[in-house]
Formats: sequence, C-alpha cells, structure tokens
Amino acid sequence: MIVKISKSDYGKILEYALSQRPDEACGLIAGEDKEDGSREIKKVYLLTNIDHTNEHFSIDPKEQLGAIKDMRSNGLKPLGNWHSHPESPSRPSEEDKRLANDSKASYLILSLEDENNPVLNAFHVETVDGEKTVRKEELIIS
Amino acid sequence: MKITVAGERKEYDEGLTVSKLIEIENVETPEYVTVSVNEEFIGSDTFESHVLKEGDEVEFLYFMGGGR
Repeated sequence: MIVKISKSDYGKILEYALSQRPDEACGLIAGEDKEDGSREIKKVYLLTNIDHTNEHFSIDPKEQLGAIKDMRSNGLKPLGNWHSHPESPSRPSEEDKRLANDSKASYLILSLEDENNPVLNAFHVETVDGEKTVRKEELIIS
Repeated sequence: MKITVAGERKEYDEGLTVSKLIEIENVETPEYVTVSVNEEFIGSDTFESHVLKEGDEVEFLYFMGGGR
C-alpha cells in the first residue's frame, strides 16, 4: 500500500506533535482510496491525547466523533490515525499493536526521538491466526 | 422505525437494543467499540438495556490508543 500525504499536512502533524511534548500527540487521517490501490490523505485532524503522558495515548472520543462527522460532511473516508513517539523510534510498540484493531486503517507514527530528524512512517496492522502482524507501508510526502 | 447509523438512515424493528444493533451491523471487535446515541456516549454496561427509538443517531467509534 502506498500512502500519500502532502508536505503541508505533514507539517501540521509535526508542528502539533512538537508543541505537545513531552506528551504523545495524536489524531486522525482522512482522504480517499484510489483505484490504483494507493491512498491519499487529504485532511489531518489534530486531536487531544486524554492520557496526557509521554508513554501512551488515547484519542478524545468526543473529538473523534466530531472528526468523523466532519469527514462525512466533506466526503472524506476515515483512513486511520497518527500519533507521536516523543522519545522512541517510529515503529509500533507492543501496546500500539495490541490496540490496533482496524485492519483497514493506516497507522502513522512520528518519531521525535531525534528532534532534528523527525521520522514519519505508516504501518498496516492485522490479526493473522491470533497474532498481530505489522507491515510497513510506503509513505510518500510530497 | 428509522435510525441513522454511521450517517446512514435505515429501517429496524421496534425495541432494538444497542447490543442487537451491534450484532445486526456486524460490528468488528465490539469489545473495543464506543457507542454514541444522539452525540451522547453510553456505557457498555447499558448496551443490553438501551432501547433505541425512532430518529436516533448512532455512531460506532473504535477506541484509538497506544503506547511507546
């Protein structure tokens, strides 16, 4: 799966995630699935991590509901979520995998471990034979 | 009666509970689902007893979280 995000939307995620340190930041992504099998992010939602810690995140369900309604009214499809790892690499942790329950979603993880070199990756997570399997998706920022 | 589920207006039988709606709609991993009715979140302990009524607007939200 190829996932495309604009430099502008990437910039919004990065700026928000930096502003929320030391806490993890989070949000949703929306857009459309293309006929060629790729998906294009057309809007990013910067939402509240109600855990307010640097160790985990939970998206505020009220804000999540508002975002879903906004997507619907703008003809956008929910494509997944994003969150930051302020102090760890851009890869799903065990807890990320355990709580990733939508096999159709793309999970974007922004590492701020090296502040001067933030890393954003996209992942697909699904359960196969009772085990969570992770596949890295190709992320294009353009 | 007509209920709007995830933005789509549909016809259901009277007396429909949230639990039954989750079953009818084949909601995946229902243990991770949060339900709102008319923008009010309802507790999972009331899914069995909460009877929906004409015109209700229901949304299923998946808990989204993780950790480092």
